[in-house]
Amino acid sequence: MARTRVPERTLLPSDEPLSLLRKDGSPVDDSPLAMPDDDVLVELHRRMVVGRRFDTQATALTRQGRLAVYPSSRGQEACEVGSVLALRPDDWLFPTYRDCVALVTRGVDPAETLTLLQGGWHLGYDPYEHRVGPQCTPLATNTLHAVGFAHAARLKGEDTAALVLLGDGATSEGDTHEALNFAGVWKAPVVFLVQNNGYAISVPMSKQNAAPSLAHKGIGYGVPSVLVDGNDVAAVYAVVREAVLSGGPTLIEALTYRIEAHTNADDATRYRTSDEVAAWLDRDPVDRLEAYLVSRGLLDNARRAAVAAEAEEFAASVRAKMNADVVPSPDDLFEHVYASTPRHLREQAAALREELA
Amino acid sequence: MSAVSTGVSAVSMAGALNRALADALAADPSVLVFGEDVGALGGVFRVTDGLASRFGEQRVFDTPLAESGIVGTAIGMAMNGLRPVVEMQFDAFAYPAFEQITSHLAKLRNRTRGRVSLPVVIRVPYGGGIGGVEHHCDSSEAYYTHTPGLRVVTPGTPDDAYRLLRDSIDSPDPVIFLEPKRRYWAKGELSVDSVDSVDSVDSRDSIGFDRALVRRAGRDVTLIAYGPMVATALETAEAAVEEGWDVEVVDLRSLSPFDDETVCASVRRTGRAVVVHEASGFGGYGAEVVARVTERCFHHLHAPVLRVTGFDIPYPPPKLEEHHLPSVDRILDAIARLQWDDEVVGSYGA
Repeated sequence: MARTRVPERTLLPSDEPLSLLRKDGSPVDDSPLAMPDDDVLVELHRRMVVGRRFDTQATALTRQGRLAVYPSSRGQEACEVGSVLALRPDDWLFPTYRDCVALVTRGVDPAETLTLLQGGWHLGYDPYEHRVGPQCTPLATNTLHAVGFAHAARLKGEDTAALVLLGDGATSEGDTHEALNFAGVWKAPVVFLVQNNGYAISVPMSKQNAAPSLAHKGIGYGVPSVLVDGNDVAAVYAVVREAVLSGGPTLIEALTYRIEAHTNADDATRYRTSDEVAAWLDRDPVDRLEAYLVSRGLLDNARRAAVAAEAEEFAASVRAKMNADVVPSPDDLFEHVYASTPRHLREQAAALREELA
Repeated sequence: MSAVSTGVSAVSMAGALNRALADALAADPSVLVFGEDVGALGGVFRVTDGLASRFGEQRVFDTPLAESGIVGTAIGMAMNGLRPVVEMQFDAFAYPAFEQITSHLAKLRNRTRGRVSLPVVIRVPYGGGIGGVEHHCDSSEAYYTHTPGLRVVTPGTPDDAYRLLRDSIDSPDPVIFLEPKRRYWAKGELSVDSVDSVDSVDSRDSIGFDRALVRRAGRDVTLIAYGPMVATALETAEAAVEEGWDVEVVDLRSLSPFDDETVCASVRRTGRAVVVHEASGFGGYGAEVVARVTERCFHHLHAPVLRVTGFDIPYPPPKLEEHHLPSVDRILDAIARLQWDDEVVGSYGA
């Protein structure tokens, strides 16, 4: 199979992150990106507000003992929402444990989204219902699943792209590199979106990476790479959309920040300063889009209130669902280990039933 | 090796595996074969010889040299409706894929409550006896059998290689298919008609995917073996005739799930058993077999169930491997220690 040699410079990310909106919400004049349509921007806003409310509700549920643990994505809504809304209906999402907001944005039931963290089962939703792979807890393993899935779609003649979400820490895992290499060789329609939120739990970027940017890591695999402002939802939407429609692989590094600790069990004051957090609060993705929408006359107080009310309603429905006590059946332990339950597992199930009788 | 023949014929195990792959590719368009050197080269053991030219590089292809990548992408492909059959070039080279196998391949059905089915077959040439240098001769079965959600099978004969591989590819569960590389070139009869077998599961369903098989009937002692040790056990049984022992040989075939019924029925008949494998004994697969047999057949046993295994050492270099691998003599010695005269077994050590 003959291959065209791609000039290296086309693979390089820009020196500065691509953006469409400045920190204050004013538009960037000379951006190479196309501003999403007005209706898309309005929808991005609504989903970010609802997503953020879901996120704070989930953190609150950990304090009430309803969730065993919750990894917040507060501050990363532009990545969570912008990337998912850029997908077409037939495209697939391969998320991690920090991407619950992406899941509910994709349409997954919030209670099913939280099943893993609630502890009732390892996964609550049907991956085929909303085209969302299982949330991945081991880092970077989902990158290979996405590449395989997308390559299979190509072999089957289907126009389906896979979006895989990963964090800065996951770029150090071997699977990320194998996945980028496979995607490059196969020219698989996969979008790798690295949400670089500055820390892998407590370990900062300086101890994780020596490349000029994480996006640079695509070059060695022949994968076009993009650096984007991860708190600019318009820009995230634009670059993911372009990558999805490209029909080949793209590595996107989105610069963002995790406002909350790694999880409710983490103490972020041990590894970062409050000044640093404050500086990032000043770059808030929701505020930024709101400022732009207001300046364009696309968001007034009535609409803002309506969106806030919708978010409250969503949070109330999450509370109601999560306040119901779910007691999984011990019989579930032995189901679905194999397609049909082998004899030794039937015997163990019977022994447990007898023990509980 | 890609030549089609019909009826009963003599074929090597590598040839039988090749035919099984060809028949599966012909029978089901969702079957794919990929891995390192499986395309133009036909695999380092030639098991995939001729498949790429016959079925095209969309279905039989070389991948980048990365085992986690091979298994991880196979998982994604299976999620998207394909049936990947992937090759790990050698036993020890499969270890980079361990996380994908144990954390995802084995668990995704359970994690998703049966919504995601992963019909992936991982072919692993395993075991020693070919003069291979370091990292080319491991018996890695226990790593896999200790992982719920995986099926682990290994053939002992060419005929079984064909049946088990077809069954593995048809299986809705992920299968670790361990190929005893020292038996690749040993010939045996293949009773499956490769034309008929294209879509006829019935023609090869006479044994059952997860059933053990009595390869040789005997009254005095049961040798429990699998993969490369099936031939050694059969050879031992012939040699034992001179010693006056009538030896039964059970070929496990499916290491997980385990066929308690066939194994225990044999041991209850004979009252004595020896488990044989190449892998190290400590924490090895044979320990599980001994425990199961003892728990279920205690009152039928005339002696403790013994093991003949590799030593508890890293696999030795080629010039020393003959000392490590279970031999006919060593198995005969074990049989001799089965308290034929009500001796105390403890004096023989373990």
